Amino acid sequence: MVEFALPKNSKITGGKTWPKPAGATELREFKVYRWNPDDGKNPSVDTYYVDTNDCGPMVLDGLIWIKNHIDPSLTFRRSCREGVCGSCAMNIDGQNTLACTRSMHDVKDGAVKVNPLPHQPVVKDLVPDLTNFYAQYASVEPWLKTTSPTPQKEWRQSHEDREKLDGLYECILCACCSTSCPSYWWNSERYLGPAALLQANRWVSDSRDEATGERLDSLEDPFRLYRCHTIMNCAKACPKGLNPAEAIAELKLKMVERQI
Amino acid sequence: MSATDTPKRSMRTPLGRVRNLGAAHSGTSDFWRQRITAVAMTLLMIPVIVIVMMLLGRNQAGAAQILGSLPIAVILLLFIFASAWHMKIGMQVVIEDYVHNEKLKLTAIMLNNFFSIAVALASTYAILKLSSGV
Repeated sequence: MVEFALPKNSKITGGKTWPKPAGATELREFKVYRWNPDDGKNPSVDTYYVDTNDCGPMVLDGLIWIKNHIDPSLTFRRSCREGVCGSCAMNIDGQNTLACTRSMHDVKDGAVKVNPLPHQPVVKDLVPDLTNFYAQYASVEPWLKTTSPTPQKEWRQSHEDREKLDGLYECILCACCSTSCPSYWWNSERYLGPAALLQANRWVSDSRDEATGERLDSLEDPFRLYRCHTIMNCAKACPKGLNPAEAIAELKLKMVERQI
Repeated sequence: MSATDTPKRSMRTPLGRVRNLGAAHSGTSDFWRQRITAVAMTLLMIPVIVIVMMLLGRNQAGAAQILGSLPIAVILLLFIFASAWHMKIGMQVVIEDYVHNEKLKLTAIMLNNFFSIAVALASTYAILKLSSGV
C-alpha cells in the first residue's frame, strides 16, 4: 500500500543549532536537513545563521557559506552554479528547485528550509540517490535511432520540425519534476516519471528519428506512461519553466492517434 | 517491480529493474474509453436529471409509463453503460495507484470488475422491466 508515514529510521528528530557568526550584521536563518549514514542516527534539521553581507544572494551561496565557515561536513551536490547542470536540485521552502537559481530573498517567511528532493533514498544530507531516475532516463534510449544509411554530412531537419523540440530539449535532468509528482512517489519503480517521459517525447517528436513507433511501443503501458494523472506538480516545479505534463499529454495523444 | 524484486534484495542492474517485464502494450484503450465515457456522461447528464425530476413523486405505474418511451429508456441505458464503464476504469486506476501488494491488487481489480458489471446489469434489468411495463 501507499505509505502515509515516514519509516521509523527516516523520522526527523531535533537538530543542532549552530552559533551565530561573530561580527555579522545581517543574518539569515537556514534550517537544513542532515543525515549521516555512518552514525546510525535518525535525520535531523540543523539551524545555521548565514552572514548575508558576506555571501551571494542565492540559497546555494548560503549553503556554500555554511560549508566554508560553519560546518564543513554539510554535504550537497553543486557544480555550475547557474542553472545549467541540475546538480543542486533540492527542496527549498517546500518546493523542488535549484538552489543556485532560487534567491534566499524569495523565501519570505522566516528560515530558509532546505531538504533533499522528496521520496528518494538519501545518500547523505542533501544528496539523494537518483540511480533509479537515471536508469529510467536510459530506458527511453535518448539518442537518435535510424536505419536509413547515414548521410555524408548530417541528418537534415526543417526549421518547423526543429521548433517542435523547443520546450523539450532544454531539460537538464535535475529531477525536480519527477520527485514532486505524487504518482512518481507511489509508483517510481514502474512509472517512468515526468522527466523521463518528457525526454521520451523529445525523441518521439524528433523528425530525424526513425524509431518513433518502437519508442511508443515501449512506453505504452498502464504504469510506464498512464500513471500520469495530469496533477501538474511537474510543471510547477520545473526550474527551467518546462511543462512535462504537456509533453506527457502529447505522448498520450500520439498513442490514441495511431489507434484511431 | 514485483514484491520479491526490491532493490535491497535484488542484484539486478538499475536498468534491468526499470525494464523489468517490458511494456504491457496496453493502457491506451482504457485511457481513450475513460474520455469517451466522460464526454458521454457530460452530454447525458442534463437529460438524465430531467428524467429523474419527471419521475419524482410518481408511483410505479407512472414511472413505467414514462420509461415506456423508447428515447427515455435509451438515454437511461446509455447513461448506466457509460457511468458503469467509467466507474470501473476509474476505480482500477485508483487501485493500481495505491495498492502495491500483488495479491490484494489482483483481488481488488477482480472485485471491481464484478461490482461494476453487477451494478450495470441490475440497473439495466430495472429499467427494462419498468419500461416494458411488467
